[in-house]
Amino acid sequence: MSARDEILGRVRSALTQADRSPVAVPTTHRGRVHEGDLVELFVERVEDYRATVTRCADSEVAGTVSRLLPEGTSVVLAPGFEWSVPGAAVDSGLTAVQLDSVGAVVTGATVGIAETGTLVLTHGPGEGRRLLSLVPDVHVCVVRASQVVADVPAAIGVLDPRRPQTWISGPSATSDIELDRVEGVHGPRTLHVVIVD
Amino acid sequence: MKVALMVTCLNDAMFPSAGQATVTLLRRLGVDVEFPEQQTCCGQPFVNTGYLDEAVPVVRTFVEAFEGYDAIVTPSGSCAGSARHQHGIVARRSGDAALADGVRRVSPKVVELTEFLVDTLGVTDVGATFPHRVAYHPTCHSLRMLGVGDRPTRLLQAVHGLELVDLPDAESCCGFGGTFAVKNADTSVAMGADKARHVVDSGAEVLVAGDSSCLMHIGGLLTRQRAGVRVMHLAEVLAS
Amino acid sequence: MTGTFVGMPAFPTAARAALADSQLRSNLAHATSTIRARRLAVVGELDGWEELRLAGAAIKDNTLLHLDEHLLALEASLTARGAVVHWARDADEACRIVAGIAKDHGADEVVKVKSMATQEIGLNEALAAEGIAAWETDLAELIVQLGDDLPSHILVPAIHRNRAEIRQIFLDKMAAVGRPAPADLTDEPARLAEAARLHLREKFLRARVAVSGANFAVAETGSLVVVESEGNGRMCLTLPDVLVSVVGIEKVVPTWADLDVFLQLLPRSSTGERMNPYTSIWSGVTPGDGPQEVHVVLLDHGRTRALADEVGRQALRCIRCSACLNVCPVYERTGGHAYGSVYPGPIGAILNPLLRGVGTDDQVDSLPYASSLCGACFEACPVRIDIPAVLVDLRAQVVDAHRGGVPRPEAAVMRSASWVLGTARRLGAAERASGLVGRVAGRLARRSSSSGRPLMSRLPGPGAGWSDARDLPAPPAESFRAWWKRTEGGHR
Repeated sequence: MSARDEILGRVRSALTQADRSPVAVPTTHRGRVHEGDLVELFVERVEDYRATVTRCADSEVAGTVSRLLPEGTSVVLAPGFEWSVPGAAVDSGLTAVQLDSVGAVVTGATVGIAETGTLVLTHGPGEGRRLLSLVPDVHVCVVRASQVVADVPAAIGVLDPRRPQTWISGPSATSDIELDRVEGVHGPRTLHVVIVD
Repeated sequence: MKVALMVTCLNDAMFPSAGQATVTLLRRLGVDVEFPEQQTCCGQPFVNTGYLDEAVPVVRTFVEAFEGYDAIVTPSGSCAGSARHQHGIVARRSGDAALADGVRRVSPKVVELTEFLVDTLGVTDVGATFPHRVAYHPTCHSLRMLGVGDRPTRLLQAVHGLELVDLPDAESCCGFGGTFAVKNADTSVAMGADKARHVVDSGAEVLVAGDSSCLMHIGGLLTRQRAGVRVMHLAEVLAS
Repeated sequence: MTGTFVGMPAFPTAARAALADSQLRSNLAHATSTIRARRLAVVGELDGWEELRLAGAAIKDNTLLHLDEHLLALEASLTARGAVVHWARDADEACRIVAGIAKDHGADEVVKVKSMATQEIGLNEALAAEGIAAWETDLAELIVQLGDDLPSHILVPAIHRNRAEIRQIFLDKMAAVGRPAPADLTDEPARLAEAARLHLREKFLRARVAVSGANFAVAETGSLVVVESEGNGRMCLTLPDVLVSVVGIEKVVPTWADLDVFLQLLPRSSTGERMNPYTSIWSGVTPGDGPQEVHVVLLDHGRTRALADEVGRQALRCIRCSACLNVCPVYERTGGHAYGSVYPGPIGAILNPLLRGVGTDDQVDSLPYASSLCGACFEACPVRIDIPAVLVDLRAQVVDAHRGGVPRPEAAVMRSASWVLGTARRLGAAERASGLVGRVAGRLARRSSSSGRPLMSRLPGPGAGWSDARDLPAPPAESFRAWWKRTEGGHR
């Protein structure tokens, strides 16, 4: 018998005596009402992770991004990124090794989650392949205020599970040494978030 | 209301003053409490050690002893928890439908002393006077299995002259755990030693709890260390 | 190479050794109290935590009760998304599958995302036997691997190590397996993390095969989810060409929408954060992005045995957050090694016996007893596993497995205690006897409590386990029932 059939058989025989009537699942966690301004909450929660947050108008994105990066930093843009950034090159399929010597990457995002201070990238146009926002040590992520949703259930509701996703909540971190939080291990050690109002 | 005292085997054999105090207290509050003499033990030591067959005759005796009472009051969070949450397991194991029916009738009537005082009788000031500095240890089963909440501390706060001091890390287990105390004696003692240190640090003269078993363990460590802090059952404080 | 738990002594013996290690006790007390405070803060700020727990438990229960259907749905959606699905009955079969994939690609090394399932099956050791090096890339796993050590916590496997010990391990061991630690390495956590970054980066950049587990597998969409902090997971899940994920069959959740419960429960319970730094979600192969060959190994290895256990089945809800470890007063004092398994703490005390069965191994049989049944674990568990109830049920299974044959001393004691407590008459007689003992002991006692009660400081036989560190009051001359009878209920 194949392993598949044997495991499925074991599952079925394990449950022959079980009461298989459905258990009611509470759904009160969906559609919770959030008081106050969601974007302000998002800012506060992102900053809690020691990421920087800058708010600007649509016309100010290029200047804002440039100011966040030290002069002379080599910068790569995700293909399809809505704004132009002076001096930045659009990713043309760089390898991980090539990206390792790039200073910073600028991408968009699909969703911002206010309650948890999370950015979700789904790696379509403007967000780049997964390795793009991973290998360089600085990640500038630009998100529109209108993309900010209240909480995790709201985000799950709008995200497309067929897309690869990276949920980012602050810079890379570890608590593996005495449970002291340290920012910066393998992912970008610096995360700048730009919110376009 | 027909009220029975379930004294518990430990209080019966080792700490009769906790049972006597419960009787004094309940009578003072106008309750005509009876002691069904057929009672022995709730069976928890057997169930918690894995001896379900051995628990069956004990639970049977329990049901026979307490059948017909409106409330079965016990000065023990742990034994109340056992009666309410474990007797069904034992009855199922016995395969005896009559015992299962008996358990269904009797075990919901079991109440821990502070539940009975606060919920059934509706009192928090029981008219006690105890002019001492007291720390209260919320025992795990009263806290987490029964959910007695702040009933014990509300009762203690109403005792005249009593000063209730904070016990650091109060809700962490003292390490008694029934047969755990001997099967895993080293771990049990390590937990108890931390509890005893917190008791001493609290500056209390008396450590109070609602379970004689935990007090026997913590008290045994305190006297061994000659810490000078007394342990007393909550019922004894409330009856004074 | 990481050590092995094979041959570990039963819990009481292992615990005794751990309790004597004051460095370990202080590392653990510091770490668990830090994480407990953090968890309480982020759980407290979320409205409706209890409803979330109930939802998490209910979703998992519904899934487990129809696990066959959900596994088939998962297989179908994974396959449709270009992933190759394998089934493994046990550890050996799973290890053979992973090794086979690595060998097909001529790989002599793999990079690994932290994964409990691969630890449970001993994958690293199995790959090593095939000449394939498995590099752990999670910082704590790296510390354990470099130190030839054993994991002692689900989330933070090196929780038993402090910063000074970690520095020494890095200085001593990194050079032999790759980029050495900087010579001027200090024990500052930021510097230690930097050393790990440098050491592992070359491995990430050259690796062609990665191995991961998954926190969740969504049947409806074929999505796998890995929750992490450092970015090592993203590196492994993104850079190599080939990805193999070993996933316990209980990790399946039916729908995409179900994740909105678990992605709230897990980070808050686990690291005590509103959200962990990185969560990666992928559904099979995405052309042009990430690994182009994706394998999923669905692992049984005892899970169907646990599924058949009416009371213990709920342990399969576990999302490996380690909240139960962090609140456990036993774990806090003994640490994880005493449990002799990659799953330590309260969840380990039930999961190991459930996965492996009781009655054949004294070490496994000792685990259900490694608890005072205080209930702190149940209170903290985000999927409401009633760990104390499962422990009590497993204790009965252990006792039952040893019934028949010559009774062990404990069983003989329990049997006679049951006889004595079977009737009030026998108990009364026993109390009169103990009252006599009490009178004698009282006369012999050299000490008494401050309330004047004589104390026994040395008990014979099994009682010595009590009296080594604790006094016991001498039995009273008169039991409660004797008093009641003599005084007619206190009226005389």
